[in-house]
Amino acid sequence: MTAVFGVPLPAILGQLMLGLVNGSFYALLSLGLAVIFGLLGVVNFAHGAFYMLGAFAAYIGLQFLGVNYWCALVLAPLAVGALGVVIERLFLRHLYQLDPLYGLLLTFGIALIAEGIMRGLFGSSGRSYPVPDLLRGGFNLGFMVLPIYRAWVVLASLTVCGLTWFLIERTRLGAMLRAATENARLVQAFGINVPLLVMSTYGVGVALAALAGVLAAPVIQVSPLMGSSLVIVVFAVVVIGGMGSIIGAIVSGLVLGLIEGLTKVIYPEASNIVVFIIMAVVLIWRPTGLFGRE
Amino acid sequence: MMRKSMTGALGAFLGLYAYSSWAAASNPIVIGDIDDLSGVYADVIGQGGIDAINMAISDFGGTVLGKKIVLLSVDHQNKPDIGASKFREWADQNGLNMLIGGSNTGVSIAMSKVAAVKKVPFIAIGAAGASLTGADCTAYTVHYSYDTTALGNGTAGAIVKQGGKSWFFITADYAFGTQLQEAAARVVLANGGKVLGAVRAPLGTTDYSSFLLQAQASGAQVLGLANAGTDFSNSLKGANEFGLTKTMNPAALLAFISDIHSLTLQTAQGLYLTTAWYWDLNEETRAFAKRYFAKMHKEPSMNQAAYYSATMQYLSVVKAVGSTDPDLVMALLKKTKINDMFTKNGYIRADGLMVHTMYVMQVKTPAESKYPWDYYKVIKVMPGEEAYGSQPDPACSLSKK
Repeated sequence: MTAVFGVPLPAILGQLMLGLVNGSFYALLSLGLAVIFGLLGVVNFAHGAFYMLGAFAAYIGLQFLGVNYWCALVLAPLAVGALGVVIERLFLRHLYQLDPLYGLLLTFGIALIAEGIMRGLFGSSGRSYPVPDLLRGGFNLGFMVLPIYRAWVVLASLTVCGLTWFLIERTRLGAMLRAATENARLVQAFGINVPLLVMSTYGVGVALAALAGVLAAPVIQVSPLMGSSLVIVVFAVVVIGGMGSIIGAIVSGLVLGLIEGLTKVIYPEASNIVVFIIMAVVLIWRPTGLFGRE
Repeated sequence: MMRKSMTGALGAFLGLYAYSSWAAASNPIVIGDIDDLSGVYADVIGQGGIDAINMAISDFGGTVLGKKIVLLSVDHQNKPDIGASKFREWADQNGLNMLIGGSNTGVSIAMSKVAAVKKVPFIAIGAAGASLTGADCTAYTVHYSYDTTALGNGTAGAIVKQGGKSWFFITADYAFGTQLQEAAARVVLANGGKVLGAVRAPLGTTDYSSFLLQAQASGAQVLGLANAGTDFSNSLKGANEFGLTKTMNPAALLAFISDIHSLTLQTAQGLYLTTAWYWDLNEETRAFAKRYFAKMHKEPSMNQAAYYSATMQYLSVVKAVGSTDPDLVMALLKKTKINDMFTKNGYIRADGLMVHTMYVMQVKTPAESKYPWDYYKVIKVMPGEEAYGSQPDPACSLSKK
């Protein structure tokens, strides 16, 4: 049997497949962060909390309101996105003129409050969300059995990433957004409602995090701390891709998922730090990240 | 007017001062609880542990030796330095008489060092590491509820004797996980089984799929989960999703009723685990659980029950000794059998380990479960000596006496 690093090839293929699944989560989450940072200049530390709230919104919907998975895919991001809009209007808006550090502190505080509330309501061990009936079972790929749900995650998240990239880089709305971040006053002078644009952008960024949360709910335990462990890794992904770069976030999310997957076979103990090692190397070599602009 | 309110304020201040010095003079009996109140283990003991101690204090009558019993509690956040420094502070400034330390082996080892220096009895509950009464033992440490030896003997022993001979471990990559894996592997090997592989997953890993794939590729019959809390939940959830539970037999080396509740029976059914206590064992356990449930709206974990038992045991010994002198209290604690709703004829060995009956359980299927929280069936009752070993740990200096 062919082997790489002493690991049989089918095992490597399996791990690459799983890395791709994780990479899609990273891509979706870092995409939201990149959109918010690129267009608002806010380091959104509450991103992990919104991801967690998305998963809980799906759980609460299913358990108490009879909302199934498919409806939750739409409704949970809407609900959490609306919460994001409220937070932007009430708090974040006042900080745009200040140092980005203030936005970071505010969103960090929001994350702690959200985690505390959910822990009070649901406890720290969290809840289970069942895999929807339609996506149960698995495909036999020869080298591994891939659960249908995981394949669906890759498909869904790549589609959403592609759509978001298209919206921002290739449409008129996206052009306005990018212009507003370059020079808000000038764009405002052309009669475009910049505050509304900024508010919606934050709402969409938050909704993307919530969508990732709904996608994750059936595969990992829905718990108040699920976001805080992930958000640091996702930040590293965004830094590697280049702060604010949409395509950078997507590509580095996927690639780092793959690298992490390989690390789990070759040297599992390092799997939670490999992303940070890569970050350090990238920052030395290219301080603006792989796709960052000067 | 101004003068009057100034005098009033001064009076109030003096009154307060007088009160506090009176309170200090009357020397309450101070019990401390340092535990994970907000992190991954907060559901295992957490707020429920504080309530369990309070239940014990009020059942005892609120006073002992004519002094009021007060409880201090703080979150150690799973950080050994916080646990140790808070322990030291309470011992120096608050007249701490006894400390109960909750989950996390790392924190408990750090706190046991303080117990030795400050001569304050320290009861570790929830930290599994057997080294607490082995290489890290002190004259003031008591280890309640379970340790890695008993957990390994329980779950691994039962499964390997039923024919589960080949094992693959997924282990939490820190002191607790490695001690637990060693204990289980020892039992597997001693019973003619073999360990085909093990993977050390970093604490807090959410995605276990690649480790599960490695486990599957090993061809082992049993998937040993040497982890706890959300690590355990996520690895078992993944094992279900990837169909491992059809080809392998999952074994929980440390799982709590709160984990099973949050995973649901659908996912956890058939799982073997070892527990020191279960709410539905007999009339006494049910009576305690009922009172606890009225407050917390969930059934107590074995550790929350142990919190109650340990507090009661300490207070009765203080009453019998007639003082809180740590050496006299420790001496009598090690001579007194523990007979309550937590265990029967439990005793504290020379090295500080509380030897008591353990239960190997299997999680019921949704069809077998007849009422809420009806989760376990007893597979085996293990007498204390079989679970913990009949001799004190030779690695502990106290064992030689």
